[in-house]
Amino acid sequence: MGRRPRRQEIPLRLELRGITKRFGDLVANDHIDITVEPGEVHALLGENGAGKSTLMNQLYGMLQPDEGEIVVDGVPRVFRSPRDAIAAGIGMVHQHFMLVPVFTVAENIALGAERTRGGPLGVLDRRRARQEVIDVSQRYGLPVDPDEKVENLPVGAQQRVEIVKALTRDVDLLILDEPTAVLTPQETDELLAVMRGLAETGKSIVFITHKLREVKAIADRITVIRRGQTVVTTSPDTGEDELAALMVGRQVSLDVEKGPADPGRTVLTISGLIVDDDRGIRAVDGVDLEVRAGEVLGVAGVQGNGQTELVEAVMGLRPVLGGTVTIDNENLVGMSTKHILRSAVGYIPEDRSLDGVIREFTVAENLVLDMYDREPYGNGFRLNPDAIGAGARERVEQFDIRTGSADALVGTLSGGNQQKVVVAREMSRPLRLFIAAQPTRGVDVGSIEFIHNRIVRERDNGTAVLVVSSELDEVVGLADRIAVMYRGRVLAVVSPDTPREQIGLLMAGVTDAVPGAVPGAGHGVTSEEGQA
Amino acid sequence: MTATEAPAPEKKEQPAKESFATVFVQNLWSANTVVVTILSIVLAMVIGAVLIVISDSDVLKTFGYFTSRPSDAITGSWNVISSAYGNLFKGAILDPAAVSAWMHGTGTWQGAFYSISETLTYAAPLVFTGLSVAVAFRGGLFNIGGQGQATIGCITAAVAGFASGLPIVLNLIFALLAGLIGGAIWGFVPGILKARTGAHEVIITIMLNYTALLFLTWVIGVGGVHDPKRSDAISKAVPTSGQLPSFGGSLRVNLGIVLAVLVTAAVAWLLKSSAFGFELRAVGANPAASRTAGISVAKTYTLLMVVAGGLAGLGGAAQVLGTAYTLTPAVAGNIGFNGLLVALLGRNKAWGTLFAALLYGALQAGGNRMQSYAGISLELVGVLQALIVIFVAAPALVKTIFHLRAARAARLGASMAKGW
Repeated sequence: MGRRPRRQEIPLRLELRGITKRFGDLVANDHIDITVEPGEVHALLGENGAGKSTLMNQLYGMLQPDEGEIVVDGVPRVFRSPRDAIAAGIGMVHQHFMLVPVFTVAENIALGAERTRGGPLGVLDRRRARQEVIDVSQRYGLPVDPDEKVENLPVGAQQRVEIVKALTRDVDLLILDEPTAVLTPQETDELLAVMRGLAETGKSIVFITHKLREVKAIADRITVIRRGQTVVTTSPDTGEDELAALMVGRQVSLDVEKGPADPGRTVLTISGLIVDDDRGIRAVDGVDLEVRAGEVLGVAGVQGNGQTELVEAVMGLRPVLGGTVTIDNENLVGMSTKHILRSAVGYIPEDRSLDGVIREFTVAENLVLDMYDREPYGNGFRLNPDAIGAGARERVEQFDIRTGSADALVGTLSGGNQQKVVVAREMSRPLRLFIAAQPTRGVDVGSIEFIHNRIVRERDNGTAVLVVSSELDEVVGLADRIAVMYRGRVLAVVSPDTPREQIGLLMAGVTDAVPGAVPGAGHGVTSEEGQA
Repeated sequence: MTATEAPAPEKKEQPAKESFATVFVQNLWSANTVVVTILSIVLAMVIGAVLIVISDSDVLKTFGYFTSRPSDAITGSWNVISSAYGNLFKGAILDPAAVSAWMHGTGTWQGAFYSISETLTYAAPLVFTGLSVAVAFRGGLFNIGGQGQATIGCITAAVAGFASGLPIVLNLIFALLAGLIGGAIWGFVPGILKARTGAHEVIITIMLNYTALLFLTWVIGVGGVHDPKRSDAISKAVPTSGQLPSFGGSLRVNLGIVLAVLVTAAVAWLLKSSAFGFELRAVGANPAASRTAGISVAKTYTLLMVVAGGLAGLGGAAQVLGTAYTLTPAVAGNIGFNGLLVALLGRNKAWGTLFAALLYGALQAGGNRMQSYAGISLELVGVLQALIVIFVAAPALVKTIFHLRAARAARLGASMAKGW
């Protein structure tokens, strides 16, 4: 596999012709044709499980197609490994970063293509590796500090390291696999700008995603894939509703449909709450909030402003250093998580794969993860497998969990279906309070609609709902009132009709534009003020 | 999300052009755990055979003129290997000569069953210590402390056995319970330290192994424990009322192995069908998600180590009440450490551990005969055991050697390493 000639002047043109990949009976890719023009940002849009990643893994040499050709600059190529793909000018940034946390940025970038002085057994040429990082990061406007350890970098910066790493391998086509799934809105904007800049220097970008807003913002052309087949290649002028319908195969509503709220008694009362994060730094600094029965309180804010710690403290997963948390005037501070869950509280944790499900457990087992010791699923001593199985089958049906059987391991399900398992578990008992942290992170459009509808239905049943999300769209769509958190404080509680820009400013800590917002100091405002 | 979206490359089907026979063999050769375990044993025996030949100087000499008279070397090697493995089998399972002697009235039935009795005798304590390690591992803890817990179990069981003065049956139950509780206490210490302070259970249990051994050496000399009629380090003997009943005479096999099977069934039920088993498997697989779902990880760790310690303590009790009857500094032998290997061989499953313990017992019993009849040193049996474990622990190696199709076995390596 010879290297392509020095590029820069000769941008790469990629064609995928009739790519077909089967796994047993499953046709993951069915005669997919895609052309990526030089300097183009080409979005690959599709639900989880549509076959996007399988396709890209073939392009990157991690899988070999059963049929079809990969044509680079008019020449058919066979990629036996990622090395072949890189040699042909194709690089990939994986959704889950392939970085060594304890290595520095420069070391990570050199890894796999180490240069040595004095032969193969010589000394690592760190200086040259460092210089290479600086060169590439300057050339493409990707600021990274070559000497910082990767574990100390925020997620957005780690992703830049991955991109720089790909670029140092001299690639002309960059595959970005769900790059924004882990990013805050600001980081997403930065990444989109970087992608635009790269395209302008003649690099082609294949951008895998299921977020319509980003696709419309950045893509030159969009290819929609559904169930392994190319549905259409279209332009970003296509409407979001239309794209969503193409992706899912039916009409979906992107807006949350809900009637006006009918708030009743105050269920959850948080006052003067003080919580530290894992490093012992104050994360929640005197928060007052109230959530009433039959309403959704949305907590908006850039990730890392104390929302995570707030929710974990309410759930008894993090020590409360000050303040009170009550549900219907019962104290929750100092109670065990089990006690809180048993007080008719439902909880969707923000990190599904870490805190939400046990991947090695079956769907049925995950559905009773917090109910296994209660009737009818068990009596605290022994389990009742019949009841667990029957309950699981019922909920698989009810919550439209797409799985082969209730005995399949959760790790084999798509992200959206894993999340539905969590939602099903937490919503299938009578609730007074429902807390959902990032309920649709990494979830496909069809499942998002489903989960949102479920949350609204729970509200209409008279449950107090607290939704935390770093997706402003989600908060605005679901919430009846929005509390904006910034640096551990609630700056304001506003109506969802508030202009997006104002909420955006609050999220950035700017309080001037919003009447009633409390600038920085002191305690957050109480809910009544914001409700006006 | 994307990881599940793209099935792993090794799931790729084999090209369909092979004949039916090859397909059949391929399926047989797919690397499931049973196949890998059996092949590991085969591999270990092959390497063991090479070692047997190398260690026999007479046979080795015939290889000096291999090119001129290869038959000497081949028959010599065959004789020494078949004698060794033949005696291993006769010592572990069945000696045809003793059986025919019994049939013809020239031998006793005890002689015919001697081999299997020895195997079961060696296996019984290993079942308990193996289960101890397996249960802890399923809960995400690496219990290296089986040796210490078994040692304490020996002490408490023996002391309870000769000191209680209870009548028959009651004394045995009391002594067994004492062994269980002794081990449980020794397991509770690392458990509570792990739960409360995060102290790593590997370090604590290793240290407690030393503590238990030194405590044993000390306690044997204490008045009331030490046998006054003896000048060496040996305790009073457990009276018959406290012993696990056996057939007597040369058949040492005792109630311990029956108890071991019952406890295996209980542990299998615990893991599969009990609320605590659910908790420990959940905590073992994902402590963060378990905690979020309201399971107390600290409580589970503590209770888990108590259960693991109790099982190992029962192993100690089975040893001292089944065969040893007295406390000596070496009373616990290596049952705790061998329990680690038994659990590994049994893939941390309850019934798997039972079978692995039986295999270990068989190697032990057969090894004794191999040493006395075929003149092969007992150390070679140790080498065989070690080789089996190495191959089981390295499924990728076995797969490569036999060109097995990749299957679930590959995941074992990762899961075993997780405890660290």
